[in-house]
Amino acid sequence: MVALEHIWEPVRLTLELAAVTTLALLVIATPLAWWLARSKAKWKEAVAAVVSLPMVLPPTVLGFYLLVALGPDGPGGKIAGLWGARTLAFSFTGLVIGSIVASMPFVVQPIRNAFQAIGDRPLEAAATLRASPWQAFWRVALPLASPGLLSGAVLGFAHTVGEFGVILMIGGNIPGRTRVMSTAIFDYVENMQWGEANLLAAGMAVFAFVVILAMTYFEKRIARLR
Amino acid sequence: MSLLAPRAEAAQVQVAVAANFTEPAKEIAALFKKKTGNDVLLSFGASGGFYMQIIHDAPFQVFLSADEERPKLAVEKGYAVPESRFTYAVGKLVLWSRVMDVAKGEAALKAGAFSRLAIANPKSAPYGTAAVETMKALGLYDSLQPKIVQGNSIAQTFQFVDTKNAELGFVALSQLHGVSDGTRWVVPGNLHAPIRQDAVLLKKAANDEAAKAFLAFLKGPEARAVIERFGYALP
Repeated sequence: MVALEHIWEPVRLTLELAAVTTLALLVIATPLAWWLARSKAKWKEAVAAVVSLPMVLPPTVLGFYLLVALGPDGPGGKIAGLWGARTLAFSFTGLVIGSIVASMPFVVQPIRNAFQAIGDRPLEAAATLRASPWQAFWRVALPLASPGLLSGAVLGFAHTVGEFGVILMIGGNIPGRTRVMSTAIFDYVENMQWGEANLLAAGMAVFAFVVILAMTYFEKRIARLR
Repeated sequence: MSLLAPRAEAAQVQVAVAANFTEPAKEIAALFKKKTGNDVLLSFGASGGFYMQIIHDAPFQVFLSADEERPKLAVEKGYAVPESRFTYAVGKLVLWSRVMDVAKGEAALKAGAFSRLAIANPKSAPYGTAAVETMKALGLYDSLQPKIVQGNSIAQTFQFVDTKNAELGFVALSQLHGVSDGTRWVVPGNLHAPIRQDAVLLKKAANDEAAKAFLAFLKGPEARAVIERFGYALP
């Protein structure tokens, strides 16, 4: 018999992780995407490539470097030391950091595309109306790019929900703290708890379907902007 | 794959190996190759994962599990040859740390001067089960539970301790072969049920001479010497 209360725990944790990660990513990715869209710096594309790396790197590579970086000998250990801990691995904070790195390209790219699609004209028009660059960004660029922000948020959220390799490497599989849906499914399968695995896996498949459908809709709206 | 497979004179044995047996399996495979000319293709991972793959028709011929449960189940469900099952090694559990002194074992656990204790997943990895049994036998499980982090396999548990993300952890003694770093406490065998690791011939290889020869070799003196040298007890 499938025990629903055991299933709810990783679901709740996954949603929390995805929500926190998505909010953090919007704050980090929006200025970064703006800079990538507008800057004329020659090394801009090198930065863009670094941001895109997690899309191509195997999660085990990311997870391995994160495990070392979050540990006592890495910067994560120094940060954890601020509140008397030794490592950022095996903690919710550690999972958030890992998820931010792993999902970054999925948020930056749609936002960058949306900013680029706006072009120079609306911003020049704003300037002739004596809007400061800051005002132009907030009042003109951001509203025009909102479909891109939305699709970035949806993609970032969805990718965080589905991330497996990174979390397996740095999570430690602690119920209620680091055991998320993807690792719980893996666990259930290895323990022959097919019912639980089925329920979670089917839920994720449906979720992925809805996300892709929503993305198609957002993309049409961005295309109309152009 | 079948086009590339070597011809009858040099057959290939595909073996699923529990992560804790990685190093000895490599040595035994090399010895077997030297003696018979047959190649051994080793895959390493968690026994639970392998069992799942086997019942879904994975191309393995021999299964070296970390427990006796899964080979037994494989036989019961008709995926393995019943009379082929035997214990090839008895695992030894060890408490290991790179940052603190755990040589006194029980005392170090009792003092609890650490934040993270790594064990393998007790549901799918027998070294994890033995670790939990050990803590229960010492009456320390309830107090230590909040500090436990689980590796998916014993290999990942080793990684957690090796990277110092966990101050200490229960790993397989075989993993510390050639490791001089840190301090260790070999857990007395009376604190947990013996970790009997069983091997089994899978049904699809029931008539495969090379696979059967490999299992016979695993029982022989050369393989037993390797197994013992890596810190296992012999059945």
